[in-house]
Amino acid sequence: MANTPNMPNSSNIPIDELSQRLADFLKRSFSAAQEKTLQHLRVQDLHLLTGGASRQTWSFDAVLEERDGQTRTLTLILRSDPPGGPQAVMERDLEYRVIAAAYDEGALVPKPYFLGDDSLGEPFFIMKRIEGETIPQRLFRDTAYADARQVMPQQLGKILAKIHRIPVEKYPLADLPAPQHGRSASEEEIVRYEDKYHTMAREPHPTLELAFRWLRQHLPADSQRVLVHGDYRMGNIMFGSDGVRSILDWELAHIGDPMEDLGWICVRSWRFGRDHLPVGGIGTRAAFQRAYEQAGGYPVDPERVRFWEIFGNMRWGVICLNMTQPFLDGQNPSVELAAIGRRTAETEWELLHLMEA
Amino acid sequence: MQDRPTIQELLQSVSHLLDTELVPTLSGSPQFYARVAANVLRIVERQLTNEDEQLSAEWLRLDALLDTTERPATRDTLQQAIWQRTEELSERIRQGDADAGPYREQVLQHLKETIRDKLVVSNPKWIKRPEEETG
Repeated sequence: MANTPNMPNSSNIPIDELSQRLADFLKRSFSAAQEKTLQHLRVQDLHLLTGGASRQTWSFDAVLEERDGQTRTLTLILRSDPPGGPQAVMERDLEYRVIAAAYDEGALVPKPYFLGDDSLGEPFFIMKRIEGETIPQRLFRDTAYADARQVMPQQLGKILAKIHRIPVEKYPLADLPAPQHGRSASEEEIVRYEDKYHTMAREPHPTLELAFRWLRQHLPADSQRVLVHGDYRMGNIMFGSDGVRSILDWELAHIGDPMEDLGWICVRSWRFGRDHLPVGGIGTRAAFQRAYEQAGGYPVDPERVRFWEIFGNMRWGVICLNMTQPFLDGQNPSVELAAIGRRTAETEWELLHLMEA
Repeated sequence: MQDRPTIQELLQSVSHLLDTELVPTLSGSPQFYARVAANVLRIVERQLTNEDEQLSAEWLRLDALLDTTERPATRDTLQQAIWQRTEELSERIRQGDADAGPYREQVLQHLKETIRDKLVVSNPKWIKRPEEETG
C-alpha cells in the first residue's frame, strides 16, 4: 500500500546496533566489489518508511570515506523481512534477482546494490533510494505534477513493454512462479486466487463464485509467457514532476500472460476516484496501449485485456479479504486493515457490471 | 431508552472532531489513520441507519431465489439465516445453476441489489460508474 500500514514496525535489534551491523555489512560488500580504497563507512539517518506484514522498507544514507580523504554519500533503501514475521509473499533473494534483471534491461527500477547475508538476522537487500512521490491523489491534485500527468500514460506503456521484453532465461529466475505443466497462464492465476479464497473466506461471496465460473468459461487461448510485474498500478509507481521515476513492489512478479499487467492497471480501484480515465486515473486505454505496442510490447488484444481486468477485480477482491484476516484473527488491531474488509464489495460491483457488458 | 444524543449523533460528534480538528493538524501516517477512522465511523452510522431495511429486503430476495422459509424473529437470527442461505446460493452457483438462462438473470439482479446495499453503507460514491474517456 502507498500509505504506511499500522503494523509491527520495529526490528528486534536496537536502531544503533542495526545501523552498525548494516555499516559492517556494507563495508565488507563495497570492499569486495573493488572499492579497495574504502577507509570507513558510516550509516546515518536509518528510519523505517513502511512496515508491512511481509516486509519492511528502511531509508538510510551511507557515507563512504576513501583513503585519500574524499567522502561520498549514497542514498539507500534496506528492504528486509520483519523479525520473526510470517512467510513473505516472495523470498527476498528472488525479489532482488527480479529487480536486478529489470535494472540490467533498463526497466526503470532502483539500482540494486547488494543481496544481504545473515548479518541482520532476517533476509534483506540494499538498493538505491529514489526521491519521489507514490500517493496518487497528489499526482491528481498538485499543480507541480501537471506535466507528469500528461506524459505518464505513455511512459507507463513504454516501461511495461520493457518489462515484458526482459529475457528471463538470461537471468537466474527459474524459480519465479510459473504456470504448472498442462495449465495456461490464465488457468494458473485463477486457480491461485480461487484456492486462496476457499481456504480463507469467512462468509459466502456469491459474486466471486460467479466470477470464478465466468473466468473459467472465458479462458483466452494460451499466450506468450513473459515476466509479468504482477502489481503494475498507481501506488507502486514512483513519480516526480518529470513523470515516472521508478517501478516499485516486485513481490507479485511471475511468469504469465503479458496482457495480465495491461488489465490490472485498468482495475477501477487504481483510478482513485478519477473513474473516467481507466489507466490509473490519468490516461485512456488507447494512449497507454499505443505507447506499449510502439515501444515493442506484445500486440494488444482488447478482449484479452478485458478478461484480465475482470480477473483483476476478482483478484483484488480476494486480496482485500486476505488483508483483513490479521485484524479478524486479533493479530493486528489496525483500523486500516479493519476498513479494507469492507472493500471487497467494490470489486464485486465492478464484476457484476463487467461480466455482463 | 437512553437520553439524547442518539447513537448517530454521538458518532457524528466524533467524526466531526476527526475531520475538522485532527486531520488538518496532523500529517503523514497519523493523518492517514485519522481519515480512515473518520471514514469507519461514517460506515457505522450508515449501517445503523440502513441495516434493518436492507436485511428485510435481502431476505425477501433470497425467498424468491431459494425455497421460501419462515423469517427468523430477531436481527441476529435473521443475519445468521441470510448467511446460511447465501452459502446455499453460492453452492448452487458452484454447481452451475446460474451459468445461463432466467435463473442467472435472477441471481445477477439479486446480487446487484445486495452489493449496492453494501456500498450504500461502505462507499456510496462507488455506486455511480462514469463513462470512460476514449481516444
